Amino acid sequence: MSLIAEAGTQPVAEFRVTRSRRNVAWTGAGALIVVVVLAFFPYLVYSGTTTIMVQAFIVLTLASMWNLLAGYGGLVSVGQQAFVGLGAYFVLILALHGISPFAALPVAAVGCGIAALPLWWLVSRLRSGYFAIATWVLAATVMLIIEKFNSIGGGTGLPLPGLSGYSPSLLTAYTYWIGLAVTVLAMLTVYLLLRGRLGLVLTAVRDDEVAARSSGARVGLARLLVFLVAAIGCGAAGAVLAISQLQVQPSAVFSISWTAEMAFATIIGGLGTIEGPIIGTAVFIVLQQTLASFNAWYLIIFGLVAIVVALFARRGLWGLVDDRLNIRLFPVGYYVHTARSTRRDSGTT
Amino acid sequence: MSWVNAIIQGVLTGGLYALFACGLSLLFGVMKVVNLAHGDLAVVAGYVAIGIITVTHIPVLWSFVIVVPVMAVVGYALQRTVIQSALNRSVLTTLLVTFGLSIVIENGLLQFFTANSRGIGSGLALVRDSFQLGSQIQIGYLPLTIFAAAVVVLLGLQYFLSRSKYGRLIRASADDQEAVQLAGADYRHVFGIAAALAFATVALAGIAYGMSSQLDPTTGSDVILLFAFAAVVIGGLGSLWGTLLGGVVLGVAQQIGAQINISDEILAGYIVFLIVLVLRPQGLTTRRAQS
Repeated sequence: MSLIAEAGTQPVAEFRVTRSRRNVAWTGAGALIVVVVLAFFPYLVYSGTTTIMVQAFIVLTLASMWNLLAGYGGLVSVGQQAFVGLGAYFVLILALHGISPFAALPVAAVGCGIAALPLWWLVSRLRSGYFAIATWVLAATVMLIIEKFNSIGGGTGLPLPGLSGYSPSLLTAYTYWIGLAVTVLAMLTVYLLLRGRLGLVLTAVRDDEVAARSSGARVGLARLLVFLVAAIGCGAAGAVLAISQLQVQPSAVFSISWTAEMAFATIIGGLGTIEGPIIGTAVFIVLQQTLASFNAWYLIIFGLVAIVVALFARRGLWGLVDDRLNIRLFPVGYYVHTARSTRRDSGTT
Repeated sequence: MSWVNAIIQGVLTGGLYALFACGLSLLFGVMKVVNLAHGDLAVVAGYVAIGIITVTHIPVLWSFVIVVPVMAVVGYALQRTVIQSALNRSVLTTLLVTFGLSIVIENGLLQFFTANSRGIGSGLALVRDSFQLGSQIQIGYLPLTIFAAAVVVLLGLQYFLSRSKYGRLIRASADDQEAVQLAGADYRHVFGIAAALAFATVALAGIAYGMSSQLDPTTGSDVILLFAFAAVVIGGLGSLWGTLLGGVVLGVAQQIGAQINISDEILAGYIVFLIVLVLRPQGLTTRRAQS
């Protein structure tokens, strides 16, 4: 961090360092406008549309978290459904004790962060593929343990209480806003984290882990932070899921499909770019809506597209855009502008 | 006496789990590829066997003779195309691609064959019958046969890898692909052979599981992949005999769990897995074999 700051502030004639090749103030303004327009959606569109949008918010939140894990942290977790399920169940448990599900959401998210600590301790010593399956086993174990408690529905689940006081249209609108808020917060958190010290450490680890460690980067701590943030984000998405479905069923909230959706959306949009999950989620929602009457087909096609993209376009659809137009809406890397040319030096691609 | 019975049944089930695990272990040992579609491919093999038996009415055991070589060829082809091309990019890509395959296969099976579970050869005397040992212990011929088959497969793999010419090539390729290439062997072909072997064991495991229990589209990840992985971790990474031990420990843990509470069978297995992961992350056998 200090190195970058020096380079940026000292009046050196030959070069200067910025976060992006172009000024991206307009991106921030654009994002703000998009969020404001989205916030007015419940007044403008039918409730069918907002219901689909809530699904999109859930997938986008999950994909942003998986992107942070796999794209930046190098942690391919296929057990994120553990936190989706825990988030949903924490909301259910609090609602059963008379707390409004909307108020329970932030508590559920934090609860997932706390639950992530022992789980991280269990899997942190594993790398790559073994880490992947171990998280899967953990998710299965968490589900089996939750199913043992009959007071929260055992193996069949329970309807979510505490929301019957709202009129249907108001409930749809509130669900939409809470979904939007969770997504915006999740994406903002990922963006700010990656622009900060954590982003630098993760980039250094990606380029050369040994060099990063020997330069004093606290790699283990950085990975733990990534895992915690992803757990909190997935937990919040699970809480939104519980509120939008009005029921919590173990096989549904702990389904591997959640991890499949978040992973495929990220891979298709562009692993390791902030923009990727947005594109991937759009592709997902379009596929799901067009193939809605064909059961599992949307997931089959989504998976096949993800395999093709992973093999032939490593940086996804956004990568293809970036290669041609050199656009970063949410830059987290660094650019070195020299006197002669504008050269990209270190981008967190 | 019921505890002794539980342990004996657990040991026998452990043979099946070792059969699940050895393909996973082999692919990881040779190419550092963790195949997340491992279990789903086993289910595919089981479904193919069911299809062949239903259509041609051949004896159930003959389905092994057809399906195992077919899956070996599929393994070679998949390795030379998709897996190798993912491996050329990065280990991360192999995970993304095999995870994608897993989800696609699972949902494809669900789409074409519904969520109904199916068994293989349930009418067979081998599957049905058992013999008494003392007054309370009953040993099925099928679990015993599967356990014996697992031991034979593991022995065969161990012998093949340590003694045969191709085994040496596989071990050499696992150590240093470029050196193997310089010495005149195509490491990609060698990887293909290793994948063919792994997929043959996957096919065996899938059909054996279909005979001893029921297959459905989610069996692949919920049971076969996760149990295989638990067996590999308990036994110790990269050791074929450790895999057998891991399978047996997992099987016994599950049966003892089922004795305590019938619904805790699977959970008990995972808890033992987690205990081993915490206390002995290198597995119960520390010896590092070359496989």
